[in-house]
Amino acid sequence: MARVTLKNLRHSYMPDPQGPDDFALKGLDVTWRDGGAYALLGPSGCGKSTLLNIISGLLTPSEGAILFDDEDVTQMTPDERHISQVFQFPVVYDTMTVRNNLAFPLKNRGVAPDRIKARVDEIAEMLEVTEMLDVRASNLSPDNKQKISMGRGLVRDDVNVIMFDEPLTVIDPHLKWKLRSKLKELHQRIKLTMIYVTHDQTEALTFADEVVVMQDGEVVQIGTPVELFERPQHTFVGHFIGSPGMNVLPCDAQGSHAIFEGHKVALEGAVTGHGGEVRLGIRPEHVRIGETGLPAQVIKISDVGRHFVVEVQIGESRLKVIVEGTAPTQGETVNVSFIPEKTRVYRNGWIATEVPK
Amino acid sequence: MKTVNNRGWFFVIPVVILVAFNALIPMMTVVNYSVQETFGNNVFFWQGLDWFEQILRSDRFQAALGRQFLFTAIILAIEVPLGIAVALCMPRKGFWVPVCLVLMALPMLIPWNVVGSMWNIFALPKIGMLGYFMNDVLGVNYDMTQNRLAAWITIVVMDVWHWTSLVVLLCYAGLVSIPDAYYQAAKIDGASNWAVFRYIQLPKMKTVLTIAILLRFMDSFNIYTEPFVLTGGGPGNSTTLLSIDLVKIALGQFDLGPAAAMSLIYFAITLLVSWIFYTVMTKDDPS
Repeated sequence: MARVTLKNLRHSYMPDPQGPDDFALKGLDVTWRDGGAYALLGPSGCGKSTLLNIISGLLTPSEGAILFDDEDVTQMTPDERHISQVFQFPVVYDTMTVRNNLAFPLKNRGVAPDRIKARVDEIAEMLEVTEMLDVRASNLSPDNKQKISMGRGLVRDDVNVIMFDEPLTVIDPHLKWKLRSKLKELHQRIKLTMIYVTHDQTEALTFADEVVVMQDGEVVQIGTPVELFERPQHTFVGHFIGSPGMNVLPCDAQGSHAIFEGHKVALEGAVTGHGGEVRLGIRPEHVRIGETGLPAQVIKISDVGRHFVVEVQIGESRLKVIVEGTAPTQGETVNVSFIPEKTRVYRNGWIATEVPK
Repeated sequence: MKTVNNRGWFFVIPVVILVAFNALIPMMTVVNYSVQETFGNNVFFWQGLDWFEQILRSDRFQAALGRQFLFTAIILAIEVPLGIAVALCMPRKGFWVPVCLVLMALPMLIPWNVVGSMWNIFALPKIGMLGYFMNDVLGVNYDMTQNRLAAWITIVVMDVWHWTSLVVLLCYAGLVSIPDAYYQAAKIDGASNWAVFRYIQLPKMKTVLTIAILLRFMDSFNIYTEPFVLTGGGPGNSTTLLSIDLVKIALGQFDLGPAAAMSLIYFAITLLVSWIFYTVMTKDDPS
């Protein structure tokens, strides 16, 4: 078990990178505490798999260092780093039984047979695969195969970090949920540092204590699921997390107010900085339809079950509003208001309002 | 309502006709010959199973069959491990992939009789490069026209040269289909190179390897042209494999009855051994 520190990590797949565009990872400084559950969240191609392979030692970064506790492991092989990784597609050794699959990492390290047996039985029980121990691994269903891949990481007691690279991709939806809660439960039982890579916000937010949101090889925000939802540091985070994502609307900033479609809108705090592209960011959950506020016309209503997502038009802008209870009718003119504590201005994508006192 | 009738069978007719003309009818002709004796003029006498008995009891057939099994066993023992080894050494991506593939495919593109003539000239003492090199440079007595061992070594080396590529290409196809994650997982699990081969590469190559072994078995068991052109079955009868002997009886001596009986025995053995191979190699596959 270890604390993981990434120091000014950069990586390029090109032999001679020039500008920042040539880098798949553009300078990361992150510290993950020992025993935490972390998620790397971002769209495809944002560099999260690259980062994962660098941490596991399958790739050597172009620049920077990786530290496990205080030891520099940048140049070490995966084996020397004592890490474990679960891949997108389940990797099992087809010709072996489940038992031998689980025992494989221990056998390779020359662990005594009775110790191997004890560990395998323990892990099998934890993963609820005890009754399959003598089945050939090739006969298992994808979710069980994925459990075995996980088990091969958990069976070793010298593992520093266990990493998951979109492990639920090939799992049936109804089993995803089961496997995810199994993972969470495992983490609480064995307190291993876990890093979970995904592009699925639900997976990231349910699994992790802290989520690292990445875009184009950069970390955009690190925070708890609540922080990411409540106060996105970047419009990308606001948009990527939440369903539907945050409304990002053109506006002007004036003192501690925003001017949106000719109306003065109160913000959580004073606006910082000057120039650039200014946007108003407000989550659909934080917009109210009521008696007072900006006049808006209802364009579209979708019933998503628990609530309605109402799309309204104000001037040139369209925004989404979440409405509980009864929805307005289409074409109707309503008044919308923004909760000031949740209304912020973003400058060039980054948050530009002061935190309220 | 759907009409139920058997008209769908008409669709099978073209195949039936095709198979009949290229397999069944010729085969039946052979069966016909195998139970009769003829002295020419299209006059036939019923002979029953005499020819089969005679062939199976003959020392000549047994010796040829023994040579045939020995030859097939030797070339399988060399080509399969060698093919796997070469496939493992081939690059999996990059500039050299097409180069290696073409180089590998070249021997297979050469017609059998050309391979035979090539190796004949190549191996002849005094004239051929190999013959000259062995006798006059290394001073080893190597003459495949006189020496049985030299003749055997030459046909084996020729077959290895001609057909190892088939095993290589099939194994290579199996190897490149293994996702990187398997190798990465093995690295993380601390697996040795041997363990990677034993538990990842070999199982993933198994299907194609089964095909490779079957093809090589059948082809080498039925081999005719190359050894015929190279050694003509000699010196003496030392490289007279089954098919060479069969042709001698059928076309040299024009003993159609015994030749037909021998063909059927030959066919039955090939079929039986292929079936055993296949059953054994696929027996523990999951259904």
